[in-house]
Amino acid sequence: MGYLALTDRDCDEMLAAIGVSSVDELFEQIPAGVRFRGPLDVEPELTEQEITALFERLAARNSHTGVELSFLGAGIYDHYVPAVVDAVLSRGEFLTAYTPYQPEMSQGTLQAIFEYQTAICELTRMDVSNASGYDGCTVAADACYIAKFATGRTKVVLAETLNPMVRQVVKTYAPGFGLQVVEVPHRDGVIDPADLAAAAVDAAIVIFQQPNYFGVLEDAPALAAAANAAGALSVAHVDPLSLGLLEAPGAYGCSLAIGEGQAAGNFQSYGGPHYGFLASRTDFIRRLPGRIVGETLDAANERGYVLTLQTREQHIRREKATSNMTTNQTLLALAGLVYLSWLGPQGLREVGEACTALAAYAKSELRAAGFVELFANKTTFKEFAIRVGRPAGEVVKAARERGVHPGYALARDYKGLDDALLIAVTEKRTPAEIDRLVEVLREVTS
Amino acid sequence: MELIYEKSKPGRRAGRIPRPDLPVAPVPDALRRTSPPRLPEVSEPELVRHFTALADRNFGIDTGFYPLGSCTMKHNPRVNERVVNLPGFRDLHPLQEDEGAQGALDLMWRLEQYLIEMTGLPGISLQPAAGSQGELTGLMLMRAYFADRGEGEQRDTIITADTAHGTNPASVTMAGYKLEKVATDGRGNLDLDDLRAKVNEHTAGLMLTNPSTLGLFDEGIEQVAEIFHGAGALLYYDGANLNAVVGKSRPGDMGFDIVHINLHKTFSQPHGGGGPGGGPIAVRDTIEPYLPVPRVVRDGDTFRLDRDRPKSIGRVRGFAGPFGVFVRSYAFMRAYGPSLQEMSEVAVLNANYLLARLRAAYELPYGRLCMHEFVLSARQLKKEHGVSALDIAKRLMDFDIHPPTIYFPLVVPEALMIEPTETETKERLDHFVDVMLQIAREAADSPELLQDAPHSRPVRRLDEVRAAKQQIVRHSFGASPTASAKG
Amino acid sequence: MAAAESYPEELRYHRDHDWARIEGDEAVLGITWFAQDSLGELVHYEAPTAGTTITLGTSYGEVESVKAVSDVIAPLSGEILEVNEAVVDAPELVNDDPYGQGWLVRIKLSDPSEVAELLDSAAYGAYIAEQ
Repeated sequence: MGYLALTDRDCDEMLAAIGVSSVDELFEQIPAGVRFRGPLDVEPELTEQEITALFERLAARNSHTGVELSFLGAGIYDHYVPAVVDAVLSRGEFLTAYTPYQPEMSQGTLQAIFEYQTAICELTRMDVSNASGYDGCTVAADACYIAKFATGRTKVVLAETLNPMVRQVVKTYAPGFGLQVVEVPHRDGVIDPADLAAAAVDAAIVIFQQPNYFGVLEDAPALAAAANAAGALSVAHVDPLSLGLLEAPGAYGCSLAIGEGQAAGNFQSYGGPHYGFLASRTDFIRRLPGRIVGETLDAANERGYVLTLQTREQHIRREKATSNMTTNQTLLALAGLVYLSWLGPQGLREVGEACTALAAYAKSELRAAGFVELFANKTTFKEFAIRVGRPAGEVVKAARERGVHPGYALARDYKGLDDALLIAVTEKRTPAEIDRLVEVLREVTS
Repeated sequence: MELIYEKSKPGRRAGRIPRPDLPVAPVPDALRRTSPPRLPEVSEPELVRHFTALADRNFGIDTGFYPLGSCTMKHNPRVNERVVNLPGFRDLHPLQEDEGAQGALDLMWRLEQYLIEMTGLPGISLQPAAGSQGELTGLMLMRAYFADRGEGEQRDTIITADTAHGTNPASVTMAGYKLEKVATDGRGNLDLDDLRAKVNEHTAGLMLTNPSTLGLFDEGIEQVAEIFHGAGALLYYDGANLNAVVGKSRPGDMGFDIVHINLHKTFSQPHGGGGPGGGPIAVRDTIEPYLPVPRVVRDGDTFRLDRDRPKSIGRVRGFAGPFGVFVRSYAFMRAYGPSLQEMSEVAVLNANYLLARLRAAYELPYGRLCMHEFVLSARQLKKEHGVSALDIAKRLMDFDIHPPTIYFPLVVPEALMIEPTETETKERLDHFVDVMLQIAREAADSPELLQDAPHSRPVRRLDEVRAAKQQIVRHSFGASPTASAKG
Repeated sequence: MAAAESYPEELRYHRDHDWARIEGDEAVLGITWFAQDSLGELVHYEAPTAGTTITLGTSYGEVESVKAVSDVIAPLSGEILEVNEAVVDAPELVNDDPYGQGWLVRIKLSDPSEVAELLDSAAYGAYIAEQ
């Protein structure tokens, strides 16, 4: 019977204490016309052993990155997750706690979030961070809601080199926010700051990605400057693991920095749950969505942490709240904090260097094998696109038959890029594995 | 306790990653980071000790009784944690070809079938990341539905109950709708006269939690549905309290057209100190064409993600949804099978037992049997002894019991909202009653014991006013706080 | 230090718990002792900008405690001449001295006849006794 705990005798005693003769009597407040009569038409209950066997069978039908050599990225990456992350997240005091509404019961979660906020601010060089958003897509929509009220304007400008999924989410939210979305096309894989400047006139917000969706480095300082000059909020969508090497959005004038946190400490998990991060300059602290933890003192003058500035939030400000958010991704953000603490500043830099070195090796080997880069002579980070000379989807299929997932076929998102393959190289890949990728791609395209 | 940054020492580190024997690829000077982020620099043993010490300062369901009303803090089965960490789930890339993700897609499809059975509605989207995102998605579906019928401009108002969670009105605004509130009557049901006066051709829909946040099933729900459907409007079910009615009453049968299900409540997701969650939505066939993309489709024995749905509102988050949440909730459902119905019965039994034993010592604003939770008021204790709901909450901590939800719903002054869930033993429930009765006596005899509580937690009562004024929201590394410090 | 309950006789009151001190064709506005007591210690005052106009019965700003936020309702219509920046910096002045240092704005009245509609101290006191 699942995880129920009452004995028959318990039930009888409790019914007597309530003063009813049966459990059915408790449900008589449900009008007869809307009561569900029959038993639920679902499969019989399983024991734990049977559940384990069932889920092992289901899991075995998935080609995961332990059985398939994978160069898939496009927003979610196969980075190494250290064992300390598992160890911390398996502590029941973190795992099975609800939102820290009662701070005296939740100093562990609250201090961890404060440390997470600090880590995100350090990575992005921003002043404030919230306690996490749902993912790297929804934080972009959150940023638009901030910009709507901060500027009083209604135009959202998105770089076409921003992850298409992020753009789709913004477009889904925009009508309800009363915002219109404009996209700036790329030129040879990057956004021209002049194009962005033209689009940014009267805009509430400009969002671009660094490194961009194609893995290419944008002239991010120039893009931020173009947005700022137009009086729009400038927002960089960044890869947290790039920020040991690449300049932080706060250092080149962005108003907000957002991103998908998965690469830093979360498993791929078929798309979630992960965490989105959102950090800003102090100016926007009262407009941030979701929870924020602040430092304070207790009655004995000891330092402690509480949820703060809660008047922004739905449970107090209701229809005028900065967001409807309540559940966030605290546990995944905690994983991010543990991971970044495990790496430290030196480790963060080394992950970036390893990824770029391996990606550069992959590029040069593919070039030597006759493949052409989609955007030649561009500086890339851990991801880059090549042309494979035939529909990339077919190449993926053929390569997978040889045990290699060679990357993401860009045709789904961009017209005219039917033969383009986006290849991600993390620190988990080795030169020998890259050689195997090149070999397989040569076989399946010849 | 020290922050991890205060335990840092330059040059110390926990983890190392393999360094490939390859030349470092240069970053252009203009884009290169100028000063490194001040991340923690600690050894692995100290890293583990730090987070162990933090865990020790936290309280979860694993620690003790957690009757936090509206949050449904039931046991989180450990087998769920084991299966979610199977490499076939954990290391699966969300853009894997459908052919290489059949197990994941099959699992999602199966989960959908369970949700269809329990809600009585045929169309599911698993995508929303949380209940509140499910709400917003549901309102976007209403917009799309009415726009398609040429009533998009005309129907601009959503009605919510005065007992609603704050997420409801916040979602209404974010979806671009106007808000109208309807009152609760003396029995805790929606006031039907107030409703009839407010529902008209401008109404897009109702958002309602049933049972309500008072823990009461709306006895007039059939009339409520008639009023809205009669006016051409839709009904949205906030599934926050679904744990009361699984297999007992289905939202679709109650007349609701769109429903969200909080997987982290009813179907046991460890909430991790605030998240993750999952907020799938279930809809009537008339709404189904507008559901977010992608959707899971079954063709014979194979499964695929369908992205080509012209009437879809689009995407509300990345990929198909928080997959790890689906794994755990589906494992939970399989552990119960048809006795999911019994799950709700016991949740309601436990709540009524606590209610029966506490109603003499605390004020009960609505004197009915409850569903899975109930709301008491400390108004009398406050008036007579100067002891507030907050003081009672803080005193409970001294007995290693997590406080109930307090000061909600707003219609009850000094509210204490208590939800025991179905997984507690009678001994735990009895202990809670004993403690609550003792606290009621203490309120009369030694109120300062409550007003100064807690006495046994790692910190004493915390000064939230100071936090709001000084706005220290990140470590300052010895510099003055970055955010403006006033007062 | 929170002030003791009082409703000075020289002021006029609005049912949304705002007061006005009439000074010729100008008025100083604030929130009453009852309002600040319901909210608790204030931590933020979202002030309007000088030069904007406010309208009787509508919101011209917000005050916040840690657990509540409240619109500040204009008891009279007019143009804002001055905002109390001291309260922006230290909102708890409203709790300490709601009718003195805790004033919120000074306005130039656009319709002095509105003053007649406001309650006097006794009528306001009777009104809140019913609340």
